[in-house]
Amino acid sequence: MSTLQENTVPARQRTTRAAVHRRLHPTVIVYLALVALLVVGSVLVGLRGEVLLDQNGILNILTRATALGLVAIGQTMVILTGSLDLSVAYLVGLTSLIAAQTMAGQDGMILPGVLLALAVAAGVGLVNGLVITVLKAHAFIATLGVALILRGYLEDNYTGPAGDVPRAFQHLGYDRIGPVPVAALLMLAVAALAWWYLTRTRPGYHMYAVGGDIEVARLSGVRTRRTIVTAHVLCSVAAGLAGIYLASRLGSGAPYVGTDAGYDLESIAAVVLGGTLLAGGRGGIAGTIGGVLILATLDTTFDALEVDPFFKDVVRGVVLVTAVALYARRMTANRAHGRLT
Amino acid sequence: MTTGTTTSVRLTGITKSFLGVPVLHGVDLELRGGEVHAVMGENGAGKSTLLKVLAGVHKPDSGSIEVDGGEVSFASPTDAQRAGIAIIHQEFTLLPHRSVAENVYLGREPVRRMQVDRRRMIADTRELLDWLGEEGIDPADPVSALSVAQRQVVEIVKALSTDARVLGMDEPTAALADHEVELLYDLVRRLRERGIAILYVSHRMREVFDLSDRITVLKDGQLVTCAPTSELTSEDLVRHMVGRDLGEYYPDRATPDDLGPVRLALRGAGNARVRDLNLEVRAGEIVGLAGLQGSGRSAVARAVFGVEPFTRGAMEVDGSARRVTRPRTAVRLGIALVTEDRKGDGLALRQSVRDNTLLVRRAALRGARSRVKSDLSALLDKVNVVARSEHQEVRFLSGGNQQKVVLAKWLAVEPTVLLIDEPTRGIDVGAKRAVHEMLRDLARRGVAVLMISSELPELIGMSDRILVMHDGAPAGELPAGASEGAVMALATGHGIGEVA
Repeated sequence: MSTLQENTVPARQRTTRAAVHRRLHPTVIVYLALVALLVVGSVLVGLRGEVLLDQNGILNILTRATALGLVAIGQTMVILTGSLDLSVAYLVGLTSLIAAQTMAGQDGMILPGVLLALAVAAGVGLVNGLVITVLKAHAFIATLGVALILRGYLEDNYTGPAGDVPRAFQHLGYDRIGPVPVAALLMLAVAALAWWYLTRTRPGYHMYAVGGDIEVARLSGVRTRRTIVTAHVLCSVAAGLAGIYLASRLGSGAPYVGTDAGYDLESIAAVVLGGTLLAGGRGGIAGTIGGVLILATLDTTFDALEVDPFFKDVVRGVVLVTAVALYARRMTANRAHGRLT
Repeated sequence: MTTGTTTSVRLTGITKSFLGVPVLHGVDLELRGGEVHAVMGENGAGKSTLLKVLAGVHKPDSGSIEVDGGEVSFASPTDAQRAGIAIIHQEFTLLPHRSVAENVYLGREPVRRMQVDRRRMIADTRELLDWLGEEGIDPADPVSALSVAQRQVVEIVKALSTDARVLGMDEPTAALADHEVELLYDLVRRLRERGIAILYVSHRMREVFDLSDRITVLKDGQLVTCAPTSELTSEDLVRHMVGRDLGEYYPDRATPDDLGPVRLALRGAGNARVRDLNLEVRAGEIVGLAGLQGSGRSAVARAVFGVEPFTRGAMEVDGSARRVTRPRTAVRLGIALVTEDRKGDGLALRQSVRDNTLLVRRAALRGARSRVKSDLSALLDKVNVVARSEHQEVRFLSGGNQQKVVLAKWLAVEPTVLLIDEPTRGIDVGAKRAVHEMLRDLARRGVAVLMISSELPELIGMSDRILVMHDGAPAGELPAGASEGAVMALATGHGIGEVA
């Protein structure tokens, strides 16, 4: 009997400690940081006699967050699965062009334009996924290769904006309810759907499992290839949505709209800032949206303060590195507590 | 009671090669419901491969698998699961960041209205845990919050949750402390009473005799014998496995003449995990460090080595007071640590035998000491590593050979104090004996050895003295050849008088 107790007592203590850590989940930290940032930003902007979170400010933050948010939602899925997608930025540009050129100013072509753009996006995701799972190329190289192919295509065929988005479809980019753009609400709806998918459905569970340990997942009967391919298809479709949204805002397609905004690295930054492990298996959509909002708020605040762009990038870099270092510390602390002797 | 039931699974003439290297030749194996069938053999004998064939992880090159008389072919672990076969693998197959219930039902999550039915998953997991008498584990807790023994329970629950009628266990006790092994025994017996066929792969002689009804011995991928346990003796088994008699199990202990100066001394040392440590280890001596899991055994070694340094008291190495706050300092003082987690902490699995062996020497020593005193092949010969070449990646070696590479890595820097945690965990009889002899040989050549082991026969057979830890502090010291009862009494916090 005493031997039994020897084992269970420390185990219970460990469990309680784990519970405490869970309450201070990275997602909570992200949103606390966002609130802190909004407060500090408001004060700094307030010192100049302006208001950060006025109608315009909120609109600004949410507009910035929309396209990046869509890309980052997809990126979250692939990163959770233990993969990565560097091709999203070019894909955003490509899909904006496909949508705008198919629509060619005609209202009747809106739906075909959207569907075609999404289908092409899904195809690119399928290629990414298959190159990674069947040819067993590392995700970094595989998606970099696909990114280069997309770039080649764009450079060869486009010199500038092309296509024409009908006025009716531009409402998607500009309509708003009070200070809240409709597109931002749609982005949040996509986020909610992705959150549900990841946390409530079997394929979502399997993404966490594959990212956590692909061999464990395989031995447990998870179809690992299918899981990775699915994640890539969904990621690319999310990038396609971003491309379509940007086409509606710009009124046309633009080949470098994705790369100019740096959506490839920016989306990875948002995901990691949101507390998802770059190695996969842990994290989620809620954190990512927090990360996206932090990046958008930083940009809006800096614009309001008219900060020099170089300084802006320095601060963003510092924020990102600090966040990751913070999570890494917590992970080590957790591991030390979970450790046996 | 153990025979007469229907045959559950029959493997006939199983052959399997990897990259042209044959691992199994024409092996037959029969598993009956309500029977524990042990499979024994040295490293590389093909036990794990056989188990993986049964589990649908590997497809055999030839041979047939029959379940309840019908021939089957498994394309994946899922196929085997559907046929009622579940395997508990040697390495833990749990995701630390996911909850117990999510792990148990991984790949088979119940779905209700398009969603994973989390409530049912948790309820079913709890039911299984209750049935095993493990109410202490909460199905909603992440696995990272559980102890090693609890993780093993989760592994078993995971296997049971598939309604398995055939359960394969690969070295199930490798990660457990002695008192936890008893709990596992109970569990295995209960499973047998329920009519489940159990394939039990183990290196531990005692376990196999305690638990099994039949024993199959493999050597070099071939079936040597299959006989009822009652008709075999441990000498028979060892002979079948290694093809020779091993004779006396442990090397001779140190005589007073062998002992040299004190190499490592702790005086009232402690940190967050351990306290009040007073300990001297002399050159030529093997001191055993015993204790239950969580008693601070490994924490002592980690503290001496500077992983989680001592914060109180003093530590002396070769007579001078030293503060070791980093492993690098420890290495340069001549201290070596062979950790209990060979794959996690001991080896760079994807690097070659050569790179692993030279790892410490390259990393920590400079100048004259880093220059090769004995060349690499001599080192590898000394520890008798069996590898295709020194360029083979260590992940392809058997557990025993991996452990030998870890030892070679440290011998390359000629340590004077060797801390070794679970020296023979998960390695076979032949390699075990080789490791034991190596440790004694090192001691004879003036190394002070501090050996941690949860295997009591090993601890008692090897140690010149035994220090027993309980709850982070020393509970007492026992002389060479103390009884298992005496060690357990101290380890569980009883006075010696209470347990005969």
